[in-house]
Amino acid sequence: MSDVLVLAEHRQGALRDISFEMMAIAPRVAEAMGGEVKVLLLGSGMDDMAKKMSEYGHKVIVVDDPLFEDFNAEKYQKALSALLDDMKPAVFMTGQTAQGVDFMPALAVEKKLPYIAEAIDLNYEDGALKATRTVYTGKVNATVAFKPADTFLVTIREGAVEAPEPASAGEVEKMDSPLKEDVPYRKFVEYIEAEVGDVDITQSEVLVSVGRGLKEDKNLPVIEDLAKAIKADISGSRAATDAGWIPHDRQVGTSGKTVKPKLYLALGISGAFQHLAGMKGAKTIVAVNKDPEAPIFTVADYAIVDDIFKVVPALTEKLKELKG
Amino acid sequence: MKSIVCIKYVPDTSEAEVKVNPDGKTVDDSRFSFDINDADNYAVEESVLIKEDKGGEVDVLSIGPKQSEVMIRMAMAKGCDKATRVEDDRIADHDPLMVAKVLAGAIKDQEFDLIFTGCWADDDGHMATGVALAEYLGVNHASMVKKVEVLDGKVRAHRELEGGMMEVLELELPAVLTIQTGINEPRYAPIRGIRQAQKKELNVVSLDDLGIDPAEVDSDASQVVLENLYIPEIESAAEFIEGEPDEKAKKLASILVKGGLV
Repeated sequence: MSDVLVLAEHRQGALRDISFEMMAIAPRVAEAMGGEVKVLLLGSGMDDMAKKMSEYGHKVIVVDDPLFEDFNAEKYQKALSALLDDMKPAVFMTGQTAQGVDFMPALAVEKKLPYIAEAIDLNYEDGALKATRTVYTGKVNATVAFKPADTFLVTIREGAVEAPEPASAGEVEKMDSPLKEDVPYRKFVEYIEAEVGDVDITQSEVLVSVGRGLKEDKNLPVIEDLAKAIKADISGSRAATDAGWIPHDRQVGTSGKTVKPKLYLALGISGAFQHLAGMKGAKTIVAVNKDPEAPIFTVADYAIVDDIFKVVPALTEKLKELKG
Repeated sequence: MKSIVCIKYVPDTSEAEVKVNPDGKTVDDSRFSFDINDADNYAVEESVLIKEDKGGEVDVLSIGPKQSEVMIRMAMAKGCDKATRVEDDRIADHDPLMVAKVLAGAIKDQEFDLIFTGCWADDDGHMATGVALAEYLGVNHASMVKKVEVLDGKVRAHRELEGGMMEVLELELPAVLTIQTGINEPRYAPIRGIRQAQKKELNVVSLDDLGIDPAEVDSDASQVVLENLYIPEIESAAEFIEGEPDEKAKKLASILVKGGLV
């Protein structure tokens, strides 16, 4: 078989963006390999989600079972192991998400199949499937090829591509769950919603955001003075929240908040893709970083290559002066 | 409580210029500074915190060159008890499944309750080694763990999901936990610990010592091929503001004010 099987991801009754984004990659790969795209949904009570995924014109296979109400890596692995034996797709794809990373490597080991994690692109050329992925903090791209195998396992980075527009309706097919009983060793307990702090940065008009370049918390006043001068809220990258300089509920990025302010000042933030995914929707982006190769500059409108401690205090003074 | 913490020695490329070697498959790492992978540093701290709470021991396991012993000694200075360093240039280290197989081979005959790894490596970022390791060992796992509670015969883990949400789950022991950054505050090694660490046991082993057939973990055994590395073209539409720091600050201030942005 030369089909591309895509496991769509959903949580608490809603499809996640990666599910649509994979619809930009899977059809191109399937066409090059001479197969079709099939979309797989594992879950419970998924009629609306199945309909929505079918709007991309591919067959949607639904395994609807209360056992899949919440994500559980052990259940997913068991079910997918059986489904791969049954369907024998050429490619099995899902997202490099908290869900995908929790079962794909184990599934690859169990099935003795090749696995490439976090592809940002996937191409079938000269009879081989090749993935592009990033290494060394996003500064280098790697081309990695699969050796021949029954099924290639791959995860796709969130936000690597734009989701296409829905095209035509595809059919929805129900399939019996290959999982007949609950798993004994791993129990889902609950979800805990994101912390809510004193300021909701998703609503902020102006954000002054700080990263690893702050170096230590005693340097925070430099940032606070600027924020005060322009009535901005303060947010931070993962490095700044991990270090405890900025509260966790003010983390911008995939694992934190997605923000869309009018102005976003990124100070000493290198711009890991997880951070960029959370702020590239800002209307105007200013980046100050001493590394000219920092990925943050790829999304910036105004860029200064310099030390934040040389630039920011002077910027604060000048802004105070101009604004009277 | 017996724990094993798996750590990796990685280059810090966050502010470094990276150049690909003429072979197209490696980078010139001669000018990088190397240290413990960020998430692994949190994994070491978590393993030591649990040892301090529950008793027992923590062993370090790492695949890496002689120079990485500085990192391994530092982990022991923070409270880990003994260490194994695997050095063998036949390991296909571009493939996390091969790396996990070597780690599993180094662990296989040992009793353990918990294995800790960082959830991702700063250099190649697969987020795969720990979960693959659990499968090779036939034990439970949870990835991207931001909180650990050891209960009777099981562990309760909080996994970090997207958007700041957490998934709470319980696993029967033994289990592998891949640790996310920010779970704790990694300590600085005390002077006394640094002195003691020099005397702690650090075994250096090869694949042969571990009884691992190199043909099971080399680049022929790997099912993926690293074809080439290249520096992506950086497309920036940004207006770069030039000058001395003061001038840059002034120019930016006037752009922001004139543009009605502040």
